[in-house]
Amino acid sequence: MLYREAGQFKTTYVADQQIFPILQDRIFVLAVIVAAFLAVPMFASPYLYTEILIPFLILSLAAIGLNILVGYCGQVSLGTGGFMAVGAYAAYNLWLRVPELNNLIVVFLFGGLMAAAVGILFGIPSLRIKGFYLAVATLASQFFLDWLFARVKWLTNYTPSGSVAVGNLSVFGWKIETPADRYLLILGLVVVATVVAKNLVRGHIGRSWMAIRDMDIAAEIVGFRPLRTKLTAFAVSSFFIGVAGAMWAFLRLGAWEPLAFDINRSFQILFMVIIGGLGSLLGSFLGAAFIVLMPILLNQLPGWFGIRMSTALLSHLEFMVFGAMIVFFLIVEPHGLARLWAVAKEKLRLWPFPH
Amino acid sequence: MTTRLRSFPDVLLSVENISLSFGGVKALTDISFDIAKGEIRAIIGPNGAGKSSMLNCINGFYHPQQGAITYKGVRRSQMKPHEAAEQGIARTFQNIALFRGMSTLDNIMTGRNLRMKTGLFWQALHIGPAQREEIEHRKAVERIIDFLEIQHIRKAPVGQLPYGLQKRVELGRALAAEPELLLLDEPMAGMNIEEKQDMCRFILDVNDEFGTTICLIEHDMGVVMDISDRVVVLDYGKKIGDGVPDEVRGNEAVVAAYLGVSH
Repeated sequence: MLYREAGQFKTTYVADQQIFPILQDRIFVLAVIVAAFLAVPMFASPYLYTEILIPFLILSLAAIGLNILVGYCGQVSLGTGGFMAVGAYAAYNLWLRVPELNNLIVVFLFGGLMAAAVGILFGIPSLRIKGFYLAVATLASQFFLDWLFARVKWLTNYTPSGSVAVGNLSVFGWKIETPADRYLLILGLVVVATVVAKNLVRGHIGRSWMAIRDMDIAAEIVGFRPLRTKLTAFAVSSFFIGVAGAMWAFLRLGAWEPLAFDINRSFQILFMVIIGGLGSLLGSFLGAAFIVLMPILLNQLPGWFGIRMSTALLSHLEFMVFGAMIVFFLIVEPHGLARLWAVAKEKLRLWPFPH
Repeated sequence: MTTRLRSFPDVLLSVENISLSFGGVKALTDISFDIAKGEIRAIIGPNGAGKSSMLNCINGFYHPQQGAITYKGVRRSQMKPHEAAEQGIARTFQNIALFRGMSTLDNIMTGRNLRMKTGLFWQALHIGPAQREEIEHRKAVERIIDFLEIQHIRKAPVGQLPYGLQKRVELGRALAAEPELLLLDEPMAGMNIEEKQDMCRFILDVNDEFGTTICLIEHDMGVVMDISDRVVVLDYGKKIGDGVPDEVRGNEAVVAAYLGVSH
């Protein structure tokens, strides 16, 4: 009833090809973005920023990056953590060695570009190997990059244990000090990155990725070059992941060691993509929200109802319930939360007259 | 419809002494024939005769061990599939090879990928050249959608379409490339009479209106004899007949191997 495309006729191809063809969608998304920029800073506490909003946004960006590779181009990767580390340490080295620059946007872009270069390098095997075997090959990249940042001391500025820290950050003269500053910077970057990702996947580059994903032989006969297409996907995906890694290091952690980007990070991002929905940008956000927020929610829930239990029991319960929920959602909708949302919208079009 | 008798002076593609084997299995043995510019050329033969292997050789998917293919005056022993696409060869498949996760519109748009040149930067912004290019090719694709009468499934994911429509979308994707040579591998397999009639009409219209040369594999003899200008017959990887439909119909080897001996 509230949600219908009835009466919204498209008379130009530009109107037909916009990201949200339905007016209600456009209004809703705009409202969410405006609220995120204006309303959230009015009431948010430092805890909400640091523990919920900032991790959610940064990991959403990493999930978008991985979704481009796995969901759109069909190349399974377990090297996300490594590529995030490349972004983080490349950004750190630029920030450290060119101190007069001190502009986070440039620093993050550099981190993304370096990650893209490394991504292309580790994407080359994808021409020959597919599926699980490619996953194993990217796993090798994860271990190699872990080793690299632990062993090559120059990259971590010869600090003992490879732990580095950053401070005194700014963007075009805007000093990034409070959690609110960091949140607004991250939000702005994530919004821009999401629009860029959407533009790429709806254009001919995105179609080339999906063609390779759906049927690589036919894609080649239509005229796509498999190697170039796959490497573009690796590059773009790693760029987003690298930027997310740099943001995670600079704006979430502030001080970090290579362990922050280990194999668990790779798994975490891959789970976000799978649970959220392969081949869906919305799914990347939903998956990140699920993985980041659900454990916190489960942890807090007994307290809200006044139930006392030991922390050990609470954390065990958290693991069990969280695992059960993942299984439950994947059984209900194997295509992830994004598909669940799409089905709900489809139902809403007809509601309350389902016939 | 009677057999069409048209003459075609220019050779578009000629196949010379092609032999292809997989291990000990000889799929094609010393095959030679040509395809003239503007004609509809059929390849027929019993199952396993090597018809699909022949198409796969032409568009670079298989590399024959012997022989050469001359296309548009350039002689080569092998090429890559995307090179064939760049040279203006498009094809459809016996088992539908659509991109199942994408919409009809996107599938047909992939057929125009070789003409879409804007780089990553403009694509990321989706303004200026990227948007103009997208609109321009969308217009071309909409003409094909109109031509194939599939407007109503424009936004539908192709994985959910019925078989006959999927075949039509696949033809649309091949047409979107505006090919000079269109290879159709059993375009009418598994269709009912009406769907076959529609498909015949599309094939003839493509040939008449766009002047596209067509090479098709088909098992329905009525269709083959009606729409094709010349027919080449394969059996066990060897060529046993070649000529206009009436000649082929009268060829005893062909009758024995394929059409059946009349009683």
